[in-house]
Amino acid sequence: METTNESASATSSETTPKFRPKRGVPEGLWRRCPGCRQTIFRKEAERQLGVCPECDYHWYVSARDRISQLLDEGTFEERFTELRPIDPLGFADRKAYAERLKEEQARTGLIDAAITGTGMIRARRVAFGVTDSAFIMGSMGSVVGEKLARLIELATEQQLPLIIVSGSGGGARMHEGILSLMQMAKVSAALARYHEAKGLFISVLTNPTMGGVAASFASLGDIILAEPKALIGFAGPRVIKAAMRIELPKGFQTSEFLLEHGFIDRVVRRRDLKSEIARLIDYCGM
Amino acid sequence: MSIADSRLQFERPIADFDERIARLEAGAEGSPEAREQVRALRRQRNELVRQVYENLEPWETVQVARHPERPKTSDYIDLVFDDFVELHGDRFFGDDRAIRTGFAKLDEQRVMVVGHEKGNDYKQRIACNYGSAHPEGYRKAMAKMRLAAKYGVPIICLIDTPGAFPGIGAEERGQATVIAENMFEMSRLATPIVCIVIGEGGSGGALGIGVGDRVAMLEHSYYSVISPEGCAGILWKSGAYAEQAAKALRFTSKDLPDFGVVDDVIAEPLGGAHRDHHQMAASMHQYLVRAFRTLLRQPIDELLEARYEKFRQMGKYLERLEEEETATTAGQ
Ligand SMILES: [Zn+2]
Repeated sequence: METTNESASATSSETTPKFRPKRGVPEGLWRRCPGCRQTIFRKEAERQLGVCPECDYHWYVSARDRISQLLDEGTFEERFTELRPIDPLGFADRKAYAERLKEEQARTGLIDAAITGTGMIRARRVAFGVTDSAFIMGSMGSVVGEKLARLIELATEQQLPLIIVSGSGGGARMHEGILSLMQMAKVSAALARYHEAKGLFISVLTNPTMGGVAASFASLGDIILAEPKALIGFAGPRVIKAAMRIELPKGFQTSEFLLEHGFIDRVVRRRDLKSEIARLIDYCGM
Repeated sequence: MSIADSRLQFERPIADFDERIARLEAGAEGSPEAREQVRALRRQRNELVRQVYENLEPWETVQVARHPERPKTSDYIDLVFDDFVELHGDRFFGDDRAIRTGFAKLDEQRVMVVGHEKGNDYKQRIACNYGSAHPEGYRKAMAKMRLAAKYGVPIICLIDTPGAFPGIGAEERGQATVIAENMFEMSRLATPIVCIVIGEGGSGGALGIGVGDRVAMLEHSYYSVISPEGCAGILWKSGAYAEQAAKALRFTSKDLPDFGVVDDVIAEPLGGAHRDHHQMAASMHQYLVRAFRTLLRQPIDELLEARYEKFRQMGKYLERLEEEETATTAGQ
């Protein structure tokens, strides 16, 4: 259940999301904000954790940056780094999947779209996972599914709160065919056991969280938080537009839309995420 | 080119044979030679059907899986089970006709049948959205499965959907959430569950009623992460490459057992299920009886453990230890 959507296409494999070169804008120092189209001094935005100082648009942040934003400095211990993606189908579209994997790994410095491990959030020990929407649209293949399943099992055994930050425009990764689809069932089943063991899962949705990721672990949080104005949904807006043959309402499939329809608990600004998560862990007594 | 035309393409030689046989029979008038000729032609024709259907390309399999005369959930309800008692509604929003649910008897065994319904004529197809369910359909399915589990009634899920419905209302009512919640709950539901893909196993819409102790598929069905058209649209930038996408996705019954995703393939009658509903129903009946004979004997704890492990094992990746990696690098 791969989806395609406008926001995700901005982070497709053909472009580098963080420093997209714009004509007339020197690369590196300045960035054009996707929210207000203004040219923003990059360092200023970074001081604001990748949030536009002019319009509050929450920019893409990499999985590594996310870890340093949310976890206490130096506490993250990465786990399950031994898992490597392979090409189980011998899949090739206009490019071979094996080739695509190598390119994505070189471009992003990641092995696959998820990083998992343990760390501290304001001195509370947690199991922590994050998907990076820059790696094949943050899609879930066998490695992402396996890393998350192992992380959930670890959280179950050690009775840790579980935090997963989702960024995936791609949903289930179609290059791995049915095996990707089955990761949705695998991770959901692991969460069901964690739930029975009274675990606390806080799911954090960021732009974009779509398709098979939205339709599995991302929507199964005991508490679901979302960053403002993130695109979140099952089917991609273009697919819906084509199916319904009508214009989509303004704000459709945003965090605020989901809040209004009752599917998420809170919309939380990036600079408040860490303290909100810590506070919620305390309320649940984990 | 419409779906019907492309379907006719690989069935055309069979149709030609059928016409020739019909013409001969009409003119035969009881002459022994003509009757012998008809018998010979029939044998040739059956051999041809066998050959065509044994060597279907993945894209042709999709056409068979979507065949309008292929048996639907409602046909299996009539032919495989007795005493169907339909149960409606999700107690929340509505009664989605894209999923049918109800108690039935498999011989003497009480079961809960849950299945996507595509409909057998135009009116029905519209009523059930061509088998694309809304959130209320998945909620209804879950509610009835919960009911079955409460009374120890085993569950049969018949999967036949191009995908969960992509629409404004579906998003507003939590399409992503209901599919996630169904997988979550089905993985722990304390009663045996057998899932069978009977036509199209369309992505999350299929998986929303697809977690069980046995996952089987009919010989000419397919089960995929995305429709071939959708995959072609994204990766080839044009739906016209659906045939290539169908091949690349490896979603037919020839591939899926090797991936550990499908436990059993149920053989179809010669030339596909649409040619003989009764024989297809008989094969499914036999499969279900056998499956439950084993599953109903298993203690629930063991059953749930095995169900968890079954899905836990799915996925293919490399597991490389740090030392090995260093060694490999050093050796280069
Ligand atoms: Zn801005």
